[in-house]
Amino acid sequence: MQVRGVSKTYRLGEVEVHALRGIDLELQEGELVVILGASGSGKSTLLNILGGLDTPTRGEVRYRDHILSNANDRALTRYRREHVGFVFQFFNLLPSLTALENVELVTEIAAHAISPREVLERVGLGDRLHHFPSQLSGGEQQRVAIARALAKRPDVLFCDEPTGSLDYPTGKRVLEVLERANRDLGTLVVLITHNVAIAAMANRVVRLSSGSIAEVHVNPTQASAEAISW
Amino acid sequence: MSRLHRALIRDLWHLRGQVIATALVVSVGIGAFVTMVSTYQSLARARADYYSTYRFADVFAGLKRAPDSLAATLRLIPGVAAVQTRVAEDVVLSVVKLAEPATGRLISLPSAAQSGESLNRLYLTAGRYPSPWSDDEIVASQTFARANSLSLGSRIGAVLNGRWKVLRIVGLALSPEYVYEVGPGMVVPDNRRFGVLWMNAEGLATAFNMKGAFNDLSLSLARGASSKDVIDAVDRLLAPYGGFRAYDRTEQPSNRFLTDELGEIEVNATYIPAIFLAVAVFLVYTLLVRLITIQRSQIALLKAFGYSNVRIGMHYLEFALLIVALGLTIGLTLGGYFGAGLIGVYQQYFHFPVLRYRLGLSLILFATAIALAAALGGSLTAARRAVRLPPAAAMRPEPPRSFRAGVLDRAGLIRRLDTVTKAILRNLARRPWRAALSVLGIAAAVATVVIGRFMFDAVNALMAVHFDAAEREDVTVTFNETRSRGAVTSLRELPGVLRVEPFRAMPALIRAGHREKRVSVLAVPPSGTLRQLIDARRRRIEVPPGGLVLTRKLARILGVVEGNHVLVEQLDGRRQQFTAAVVRLSDEPVGINGYMDADALAGLLGEDAPISGALLQVDKSREPALFASLKHTPAVAAVSIRSATLATIRAIMNRSFILMTIVMTGFGIVLVAGVVYNSVRIALSERGTELASLRVLGFTRVEVGQLLLGEQALLTLVAIPAGCALGALICRLLVPAFDRELFRLPFILTGATFGFASLVTLGSAAAAGCLVAGRIARLDLIAVLKARE
Repeated sequence: MQVRGVSKTYRLGEVEVHALRGIDLELQEGELVVILGASGSGKSTLLNILGGLDTPTRGEVRYRDHILSNANDRALTRYRREHVGFVFQFFNLLPSLTALENVELVTEIAAHAISPREVLERVGLGDRLHHFPSQLSGGEQQRVAIARALAKRPDVLFCDEPTGSLDYPTGKRVLEVLERANRDLGTLVVLITHNVAIAAMANRVVRLSSGSIAEVHVNPTQASAEAISW
Repeated sequence: MSRLHRALIRDLWHLRGQVIATALVVSVGIGAFVTMVSTYQSLARARADYYSTYRFADVFAGLKRAPDSLAATLRLIPGVAAVQTRVAEDVVLSVVKLAEPATGRLISLPSAAQSGESLNRLYLTAGRYPSPWSDDEIVASQTFARANSLSLGSRIGAVLNGRWKVLRIVGLALSPEYVYEVGPGMVVPDNRRFGVLWMNAEGLATAFNMKGAFNDLSLSLARGASSKDVIDAVDRLLAPYGGFRAYDRTEQPSNRFLTDELGEIEVNATYIPAIFLAVAVFLVYTLLVRLITIQRSQIALLKAFGYSNVRIGMHYLEFALLIVALGLTIGLTLGGYFGAGLIGVYQQYFHFPVLRYRLGLSLILFATAIALAAALGGSLTAARRAVRLPPAAAMRPEPPRSFRAGVLDRAGLIRRLDTVTKAILRNLARRPWRAALSVLGIAAAVATVVIGRFMFDAVNALMAVHFDAAEREDVTVTFNETRSRGAVTSLRELPGVLRVEPFRAMPALIRAGHREKRVSVLAVPPSGTLRQLIDARRRRIEVPPGGLVLTRKLARILGVVEGNHVLVEQLDGRRQQFTAAVVRLSDEPVGINGYMDADALAGLLGEDAPISGALLQVDKSREPALFASLKHTPAVAAVSIRSATLATIRAIMNRSFILMTIVMTGFGIVLVAGVVYNSVRIALSERGTELASLRVLGFTRVEVGQLLLGEQALLTLVAIPAGCALGALICRLLVPAFDRELFRLPFILTGATFGFASLVTLGSAAAAGCLVAGRIARLDLIAVLKARE
């Protein structure tokens, strides 16, 4: 995935906000990338553009042979459907569906899906298949969300503050699942967070500040999710 | 303006789609109510004014012939205020631009000396009364004249007691006796072929050998007098003179129609507004509950700032009141507009000197009170939620909606369904009451459309039975007096006549115990095919060689069943009496009659002139020649032509029933759209985040749309059969209102009606759903990554 000279400008009332200013970035298949930054640094805007939720004001975003930077809604939907998995800070499961069904909802529209039971077992929820979100803890809900994202074998998994609304042990458990997905399935994982400790598990760490890349740091060795602490 | 009021207006604007949808449902309810009630009041007032100003009589009687001197005796009956004696005769008319013969009712005008106390006065719309000495000047009914493009100076040919006479119109008038100007035995007015003509008593009496005598009586009652006592006294006095039983206003044909029509409006004024206002209550309630849920934190904040519970409760009540006030305003405007329109329609059928549409202040206040009740009904429970919310709890976000395996899952009913359907079913099962009320609302709309088409179906079915099975003759000829069998021969010689079946229509009083009814006993030849008696399944009933067949409705009025005996009193001729067994009941949909075998009746009465008319089957191509000669046939008093009657009924059906279908369909559309639009908007508001996250996961707009609309689609699909059943039930309940002596509507609804109602509902539900579904494109995909609503 290639990002070339991407800028994003919003109009907030009378004010022009420069959320991103000339970002250049390349993401490799199978990588685990952590994007760090304080709030307002532009990391969410970058994630939105990478994930096909938004288009840049200037610059080009390419994924394989797709040009995302000037794609229309239909093309972006297809990109998200075929290549991308999302994990949200607040899980966003359908409360009316069980864990298994929440995963099935996605596998029904995917071409090369993993069996929903298998993927739920993989995230350690083999015994919670028929529970509704309201009957699951936050960590369990987030693992269902990850299973939902992984079940369609995405090429890229975008995680927006996946541990943001979880307590420490639960958050670590979730990170382990993400790590395993990256290792076992070879999925490119892009994780945005303001939690610096998480950066230790990445291949590369991109630090954003005021809409620009302040630093790209390559970890020679990655810490396992189990090993990190905050 | 306080801050809260500003917030109120912002909320209304923000939710304008739902506000408008709800207000429209209210406006239809109020509009229908105001339309019906104001129309009722305007008609009732016009009738009351007309009757009192033009001295509409209270009691009426026809008789064979009595001397004028009897009037003085009649005047002495206790309770009688005024007496009017007249000569009235039905004659065949020849109108220039009309191929068929028309039937005219000639009525004598009071002489100048009598006119002071005369009843049933005319409202002269043009011209003048006939000059005292003239014997050919007439005042024609304005309705008849207009329908035939006749004006002052026009001439009409008539056969008066066997003599051809040309009558000249010198005046046009309306009469309180003929507000609804319908000929004998007709259900709908045919103003071209039936008309009332008034002429000098002198001329009319001379023509019909009635000098110094009368055959028609009208009485007015003193205040507080009993019409029943007066009728009994009149009957006793008229008996020696061939009196045909006196009757009061309730049986006076024109007044009867008008009263029936007013009764129908009253029925419509209750159930249609009730349906709409009930749905409006539901919509206001759901809208408010949702608003309060969204504004939890705002409510908490206000409470924390020290706003009182009462003030906050009032805030939400005001919200509901403003919606309903908007609906009320639209409804009153619509009601006034449609009411005036409906009065315009009624003016075509009911002829008053003055029929002014009036929307009174008291009605406006009453409608306002009803709307207020609907607003409170919808908002009190909802507002109580806001009041009860403790400030701390209100600060926290709405707790996540909890689902657990319900009946559907335990029963294994939905295991095999796809995931989207499961989600839809569970959402519905989680709020069964809301789902049920939505279904009820949509079903009410389906029912409304079904009801709108009911009259059309029922009248079609009635006409099919009446004209295809019961009355199959092309032309009915009624003689001015009973004739010998030889009359059949002369009818057979008329051009184009293929078949003649004579009949004897004997005016009679049928008594069973203390009940009695004045009807016609129709004697038909047993070999006859043109007039058939039929049972409820349209199968032919043979007229038994002895005994009586009664229309089922008549049997009910008399309280008799098959096998009972009744006393039959002949009201013409020699006024004989006989007892007859009720052998069978018949189910013809129009009129009430007794039927007997012609030979049996002739045997009982020993009449040598037993024919009062004949049914004709004619060669269509020779109709003009037949009509031309009927216009001049001396013995004929009335001619009725089936094709003309059919055409008249069709024209009236097309006018009024198509209008009814359009209006009721419009109502149904508003109702479906109101319910579906609001439900989908609320679903979108409740599950916006959920749906947006699916869009992020790569679901297309269409797929997300299915999830959003699927619920309402399912409810609509359930509501359609339910609504068809509800509509059928309401129609079934309406049928007794149309179980009348003149006609009885069958309970029939066609597949086309149900199909039409279903299509209208599906179409409007789909349109309302798509209107909201358009908002899926505007779902904020980025916000869901961050926000927790």
